[in-house]
Amino acid sequence: MSDVFDVYAIRNDFPILSEKVGDKQLVYFDNGATAQKPQIVLDAITAYYSKYNANIHRGVHHLSQVATQAYEDARALIASCLGVSNSNEILFTKGTTDSINLVAFSFGELLKEGDEIIISAMEHHSNIVPWQMLCERKGCVLRVIPMFESGELDIEAYREMLSERTKLVAVTHISNALGTINPVKKMIDWAHSVGAKVLIDAAQSVQHMSVDVKDMDCDFLALSGHKVFGPTGVGILYGKEELLNQMPPYQGGGDMIATVTFEKTTYNTLPHKFEAGTPHIAGGICLGKAFEYIKTLDMGAIQKYESELLEYATGRLLEIEGMRIYGEAKNKTSVISFLIEGTHPYDVGTLLDKMGIAVRTGHHCTQPIMDFYKIPGTIRASFAFYNTKEEVDSMINALNRAVGMLK
Amino acid sequence: MKTIKEIEEEIVDEFSVYDDWMDKYEYIIELGKELPLIDEKYKTDDRLIKGCQSRVWLHAEKEGGEMVFTADSDAIITKGIIGLLIRVLSHQSPEDIARADLGFIKEIGLQEHLSPTRANGLVSMIKQLKMAAIAEVSGK
Repeated sequence: MSDVFDVYAIRNDFPILSEKVGDKQLVYFDNGATAQKPQIVLDAITAYYSKYNANIHRGVHHLSQVATQAYEDARALIASCLGVSNSNEILFTKGTTDSINLVAFSFGELLKEGDEIIISAMEHHSNIVPWQMLCERKGCVLRVIPMFESGELDIEAYREMLSERTKLVAVTHISNALGTINPVKKMIDWAHSVGAKVLIDAAQSVQHMSVDVKDMDCDFLALSGHKVFGPTGVGILYGKEELLNQMPPYQGGGDMIATVTFEKTTYNTLPHKFEAGTPHIAGGICLGKAFEYIKTLDMGAIQKYESELLEYATGRLLEIEGMRIYGEAKNKTSVISFLIEGTHPYDVGTLLDKMGIAVRTGHHCTQPIMDFYKIPGTIRASFAFYNTKEEVDSMINALNRAVGMLK
Repeated sequence: MKTIKEIEEEIVDEFSVYDDWMDKYEYIIELGKELPLIDEKYKTDDRLIKGCQSRVWLHAEKEGGEMVFTADSDAIITKGIIGLLIRVLSHQSPEDIARADLGFIKEIGLQEHLSPTRANGLVSMIKQLKMAAIAEVSGK
C-alpha cells in the first residue's frame, strides 16, 4: 500500500473505529450511508455547547458574537475548501436532500410549462423526487439519461437530449450505489452550451477526492455534512451568486428578512435570504472543523490508497463463487455493490452484522438502478480512507462463513 | 393441543442452548426449512407483506375454530423467523392470537428485529398475523 499514507495513524483520529459489536471488532463498511467523525469534530461539538452556545446574527452580547464569528468562519473555510472565493455562494442547509429541494422549489419558480429537466438513470431518490414534484407543479418535463450495463452513463444519449428546452441538468457526481464517477465537467460544458444550468449532487464526492467547484463550473452543488466526517442535519448548497439573487426565497422566517411590515417584507441579502430561522449552528461550525480535518490530509494520497483498497477488495470478492459485482465503471470510487448467487442480500447482511461487519443491504435509495439490473437490492460495502486491507479480509472470511450457512 | 404460551416456552427452551449468535442463526435457518409453505397460487401481491427488505407472502385460513397460516419468503432467515411465528400462532383460536403478547421474541434475543428500522419487517409480519385473526373475531 501507499507509503505516504499511514492508515493506522489516521484510524487513531476516529474513536468509534475501536468499538465492538457484541464481542466482535467493528468493521465499518457503510461509509456511503454516513461517515465516522474524527476527534477534532467531536471536540468541537462539546466546545460549542460548553463554551459559546448562543443564537447568531442578532445578539449584541459576547457569546452571540463569538458564535456568529465561528459560524461565518466555518462558511468561509468550507467555501475555500471547495474552491469558492465568495462565501455568499455557500448556503448552509440540512443536507443534500434539503439543498436539492431548495433548488427544485426556488429555481423551479423561474421555470415554465414545457421546460425540460434532465437527470440520470443512477440518481439517488433525493435527486429524482424533488424534480418530479417540480414537474407536477410547473408542467415541466423530466428526461432521464440512460445507463449501460457497466454502470456508466450513455453520454452520447445525453448530448442528444440537450436542447434549448433544457433548463436544468441535475446529475450525481458519484453514484452512491455503483461508485461510478461521472464525467461531470464535460456534462456541465455541454449543458452550458445550450444555456442550461447544472446541479451536481456531490453527496459522495468530497470524502473521496478534492472538488473544485469553480473549475467544475457547475451552477449548483449539493453535499451532506455527515458524509464528509461532519455532523448530521447540516449540509451545503453552493449556488452562483447571480442565480441565487434571481431566485425567490425558499422558506420565510427570521434571519432571511431585511424589513417586515404587514404590507410588504423585503428580503435579506445572500446567504441569509435562503437561511430562514435559527440554523444548526453547532452543525455548521463542526462541519467547518470536518473540512479543516480533510484539509490536513493529502487527498491525492487518499485517492491512491482508496483505489488500491477498491482493487484489493474487488479481487478478493471475486474469489467467492457466484459473485456478481454491480457497477464496473472504469472510473469509480471505493464502493462495491454485489450479490452472491443463491443467497439473499438480507440474509448475508444479517449474518455479516453478527460478525461485526457493517454493510448496507437493499436498494440504497436507488430503486431505478435495481429495476435496471432486475434485482431486489444488493449488498454494498463502501470504504473510507480509514478502512484497511485487514478489514477487507475480515469481510471476506465473514462472507465465506455466511455463504456456507445459507447455501 | 398446546397453548400459545406453551409453544413459546418450548421455543425459548430450544434457543437456550445457543449462546453464540451464529449458532442461533444456524438454527433459525434450519427452522426456515420446516415452514408450512404457502400454496404457489396464493403468492400474489396482495399477500405480500409491506415493509420487508425480503419478500414475504402470508396466507391465513380458518379451519374449524382455528386459524391456519402458511407463508414463504425469498430470504432464508426471514423464512425461519416467520416459521417461528407460525409455529406459535397457527392452529390457535383467533381470540388467543389477537391476545398473544409474543414475549418469546425478546427472550430468544430477536428483539432487535422488532425495531422500526429493521428491514425484515417482523413488526409487519406480526401485524398481518394478528389482523387476520382480528378480522375473524370481529366478523362474528
